[in-house]
Amino acid sequence: MSETPFLVLSAILFTIGAVGVLTRRNALVLFMCVEMMLNATNLALVTFSRVHGNLDGQVTAFFVMVVAAAEVVVGLAIIVTIFRTRRSASVDDASLLKY
Amino acid sequence: MTTTVVTPLSAISLAEGAPVIEAASADGVFSLLWLIIALPALGAAILLLGGRRTDAWGHLLGVATVAGSFALSLLAFLALLGRDAEDRSVGQTLYSWIEAGPFTVDLALLYDPLSALFLLLITGVGGIIHVYSIGYMEHDARRRRFFGYLNLFVAAMLVLVLADNYLVLFLGWEGVGLASYLLIGFWQHKPSAAAAAKKAFVVNRVGDIGMALGVMLAFATFGTVGFAEISAVAGEASDGVLTALGLLFLLAAAGKSAQVPLQSWLLDAMEGPTPVSALIHAATMVTAGVYLVVRSNFIYEAAPVAQTAVVIVGAVTLLWGAIIGTAKDDIKKALAGSTMSQIGYMMLAAGLGVAGYAFAIFHLLTHGFFKANMFLGAGSVMHAMDDDVDMRHYGALQKMLPVTFLTFAMGYLAIIGFPGFSGFWSKDKIIEAAFGENLVVGLAALLGAGITAFYMTRLMLMTFFGEKRWSEDVHPHESPKVMTVPLIVLAALSVLGGAMLLGNWVVEWLEPTVGHAEHHELAVSPLVMTLIVTVVVAVGVALAWVLVGKREVPRVAPANVSVFTRAARADLYGDALNEGLFMRPGDRFVGDLTRFDDHGVDGAVNGTAAAFGGMSGVFRRWQNGFVRSYALSLLAGAVLLLAVLLAVNLA
Amino acid sequence: MSFPWLTVLMAVPLLGAVLVALLPKRPDGALPKQVAFAFSLVTLLLAALVGFGYDARAGMQLTEEYTWIAAFGAHYALGLDGIGLTLVLLTAILVPVVILASWNDGDGGRWSTNSFFAWMLALEGLALGVFMATDVFLFYVLFEATLIPIYFLIGGFGGARRSYAAMKFLLYSLLGGLLMLASVIGLYVVSADSEFGPTYLLSELTQIEMDQNVGRWLFLGFFIAFAIKAPMFPVHTWLPDAAAAGTPGTSVLLVSILDKIGTFGMIRFGLGLFPEAAQWATPVVLVLAVFSVLYGALLAIGQNSIPRLIAYTSVSHFGFIVLGIFVLNSAGQVGSTLYMFNHGLSTAALFLVTGFLIRRRGSALISDYGGVEKVAPVLAGIFLVAGLSSLSLPGLSPFVSEFLVLVGAFTYNWWYAVFAVLGIVLAALYILLMYQRTMTGPTVPAVAPMRDLGLREVSALAPLLVLIVLLGFYPKPLTTIIEPAVQETLQQVGVSDPAPDVPATAGSGEHEENDQ
Repeated sequence: MSETPFLVLSAILFTIGAVGVLTRRNALVLFMCVEMMLNATNLALVTFSRVHGNLDGQVTAFFVMVVAAAEVVVGLAIIVTIFRTRRSASVDDASLLKY
Repeated sequence: MTTTVVTPLSAISLAEGAPVIEAASADGVFSLLWLIIALPALGAAILLLGGRRTDAWGHLLGVATVAGSFALSLLAFLALLGRDAEDRSVGQTLYSWIEAGPFTVDLALLYDPLSALFLLLITGVGGIIHVYSIGYMEHDARRRRFFGYLNLFVAAMLVLVLADNYLVLFLGWEGVGLASYLLIGFWQHKPSAAAAAKKAFVVNRVGDIGMALGVMLAFATFGTVGFAEISAVAGEASDGVLTALGLLFLLAAAGKSAQVPLQSWLLDAMEGPTPVSALIHAATMVTAGVYLVVRSNFIYEAAPVAQTAVVIVGAVTLLWGAIIGTAKDDIKKALAGSTMSQIGYMMLAAGLGVAGYAFAIFHLLTHGFFKANMFLGAGSVMHAMDDDVDMRHYGALQKMLPVTFLTFAMGYLAIIGFPGFSGFWSKDKIIEAAFGENLVVGLAALLGAGITAFYMTRLMLMTFFGEKRWSEDVHPHESPKVMTVPLIVLAALSVLGGAMLLGNWVVEWLEPTVGHAEHHELAVSPLVMTLIVTVVVAVGVALAWVLVGKREVPRVAPANVSVFTRAARADLYGDALNEGLFMRPGDRFVGDLTRFDDHGVDGAVNGTAAAFGGMSGVFRRWQNGFVRSYALSLLAGAVLLLAVLLAVNLA
Repeated sequence: MSFPWLTVLMAVPLLGAVLVALLPKRPDGALPKQVAFAFSLVTLLLAALVGFGYDARAGMQLTEEYTWIAAFGAHYALGLDGIGLTLVLLTAILVPVVILASWNDGDGGRWSTNSFFAWMLALEGLALGVFMATDVFLFYVLFEATLIPIYFLIGGFGGARRSYAAMKFLLYSLLGGLLMLASVIGLYVVSADSEFGPTYLLSELTQIEMDQNVGRWLFLGFFIAFAIKAPMFPVHTWLPDAAAAGTPGTSVLLVSILDKIGTFGMIRFGLGLFPEAAQWATPVVLVLAVFSVLYGALLAIGQNSIPRLIAYTSVSHFGFIVLGIFVLNSAGQVGSTLYMFNHGLSTAALFLVTGFLIRRRGSALISDYGGVEKVAPVLAGIFLVAGLSSLSLPGLSPFVSEFLVLVGAFTYNWWYAVFAVLGIVLAALYILLMYQRTMTGPTVPAVAPMRDLGLREVSALAPLLVLIVLLGFYPKPLTTIIEPAVQETLQQVGVSDPAPDVPATAGSGEHEENDQ
């Protein structure tokens, strides 16, 4: 079985995620887009693992998942806190951390 | 050796080199040499560190230490008298002072005929002045401190003349400078005194450049700074080095002895209490320059150019000081001008080489007596006149202050060279020697004698004769015994000081140190010479009588006077010259440099910081807080990286 | 294994620092001060013991050596030679004096009194380590570590512009440190290729034959760092600001101890590691040194602020020290090392006594004073003695060292000495002008109620003055330990003293000259 469809799918998913991150304002959507990018990467990793016939890529994919899970926990907590204080989940409203 | 009257100075006394110093180790009374210095040093330490506890007896301790030193000096002198001429050099090494590779200097003393005379002068006249100060400073709350400083001075001066190498001499040299600084500025609350003290120290430091470089050059050339070692090999150094050494030490001497061009501090130094003027700025410290030249005879004998320079400096200064002396109304400044002039005589004599060394020292001693006498006399007059120093407010004081007048008169007769008095013998010898070498120099010395007679007669007339000009509330009175007895002793010395020349004693005594002089034939016989000098002096006295004695002396100095008087009153514009040439440009330069450092150097530093700050101000605008724009730049970066990688891989 | 004297010497003040920091903080508590003072005294005692046990002929001694980071070749290596010992003694003597003199200066700072004295002790420990380190890596680490305490001392307890001054000082020092780091890394590369493998041990590095260009670049990195530290013209402008902003005690620690690391480093590392490069750089360094002498002195004359004035005098004095180091003969280098010690004493005395003055009047400007001598004679007297030592009056210790430096410069090339000697006139001007303007003349109303020095203040200054006078007349205790170390340095550089043109023969009277 050829690896190309998997890689193409991975690229499409990644692009969707990237465009989403750049264009959407809602923090939750943004977050999901980030997750999509991560999973696109995972898909690529697993594919390459299969191509090369060793487990390195799969192990790395697990690492990414674990880190993503931790990130989701922290990130959601932050988003919820921001929403509670500002009644808004728009990332453009949360631009205080600047020069 | 036949010398015509007009010999080029460079031909002076190359007949034989200077004697080599060979010091025997100290035994007997000489082993106590260190104690001569230690006594006043200890006195100074106790008085200055002891605080108020020593107020009650401080002045007595001050006198006692110097008296003790005098007694020891006298014993050592007598012991030295008992020795053969060639054994009259005693060395005592106390300990090794500095050791750094090849540079080793011992703290060592050298006692020879030259030092012996200085020791007696310093401790003797110094002791007398200490006694006088008990009375003079009686009402000063800080009298103890005054005696502490005086003791410090005596100790430093003794180090200076007992040193056996240039570096220890330098130690004493700066020590007396410090004491002079402290004592000129003793009445610190007066801004003029504080300024004068600083001026004296700084001008002396300019001279010290010569001293320091001289010591360094001596070390670089000879590998040692000891008198004995250098005197043995001095002749072997190159002419250039020896001339440089001579000129450097001359610069040092000019600073300490107030010779042109470093003369300006001495007149201001009269801000100090009068005993200080007598001890430091007349009898001892200011003559240290002459001592240095005579002590370095082994260098000057081999450096004729430097000797010529010494003679020129001496001749110029003796006229310079004398001219200043003619115009001053401040009794102490008139005497200071005179001191400058008399040291000019000594310097001139010292520059003449072997022919003059002994006479320089002889005049130094007699001058020490009569000038100290006159300064203390002036102090006694000021004491009587409520510290007024303007001679125009004096007049007719001889009846009110009989003892002061009589003793002062002895000093007066000595300095103008009245036949038989000490100054007559010493100055006459110098003028004679000057004519022996060069006509112009001789004439300068002769003219100086005439001017001396003029200004001293003027001073006498304005102070002790004529109408009384003092104001109603001043009640002149004779000083107490503790002040008049020192005056009497010094007056006696002023009269009898010439006895040292009996049988040519002083010349022969100094011979082991300075060498034997060939006798010079003059164009005229010495007797005629003496006669000429006496006539010139008489003319000076007569002129003063006509110009000052026979006229009314106004209480306020007349303003419409000739250019010459004005110049003399302004110290021949020495201060103006210094100010215009060094002080004001220096001030401006320092100001510019400060601005340069603040704005230039530090400006560059702060400018760099500001530039970074400004750049950050621009760059930080990119941090706008919008997560999406961060993400965009992240993506752009990733794409860029990818593109570069691709480009590299494809290429 | 012998007793680790040097480690203990370094550890005691550091331990003291921790202890003082942990003591309970009370607004009027004298306890931290007393504990800090006690620790500094113990350190002084240890340093004195080390000094008495020191054998001048034995070279580097009391050495300790443990591998620290094997991959870099870094060691924890300590040792003392004559030059190091001189500075160790200086540090150990000055810190108790400073603590005693700054008894109340730590109150009312940004942080607690405890931290003021803790930082002082920390600084002492680190500085001692710097002077004893025989491993370049250890030296570098300690060199940078000393910045931390002094940064907090200036920034936390200084005057109005303390933040600015502390930051300026830190940035300057870090810049120098960065250049030095580059050279330190370079040394690793050089040593890794040598027969010793990677090493930072001084004893091994000195034996490595270095490529000429490499040596010169590495030398430059070290030299610039040390020149900033010293400080030399034109990288001196941090010092006046730091001295003006810091408390007098901080200024003493900074100028008298920390700045010595610069000149110490020039001898130990500049000359020791890169003899060829040092000789190559000599002409430029000497010109800079002489320029610093005159420049610092002239600027000192132009100052109206007392601490800034003293800071500029130090620029001038450091010019002398560098001059003596780079004339590469024994008179100059013995003079320079002695100068570091003497300058430490005299500048400390000057900073502290003017600090007392400024604290009383509340102004650092010379123009705000006048006639102080009348109301505070003891203060004026000590001020004068300290000032005279700064202008190198013969009989006081700085004279011996300054004259030796000048002699060294003269024998190297008389032009340098001729220009440098002008410094002695300028020194007289800046000291005596300051004395005249502050102490003499009619008493200004604002200083009329001023108290004279108290017992604590006098007893803090007395040891300095006693040492200044004592070493002025008898510098031998120090010169005997310095000279062999200097000879060793000169041997490493490969130069010897020039012979006099007309050597005087020994043996008149009992003057014996038994040079070895």
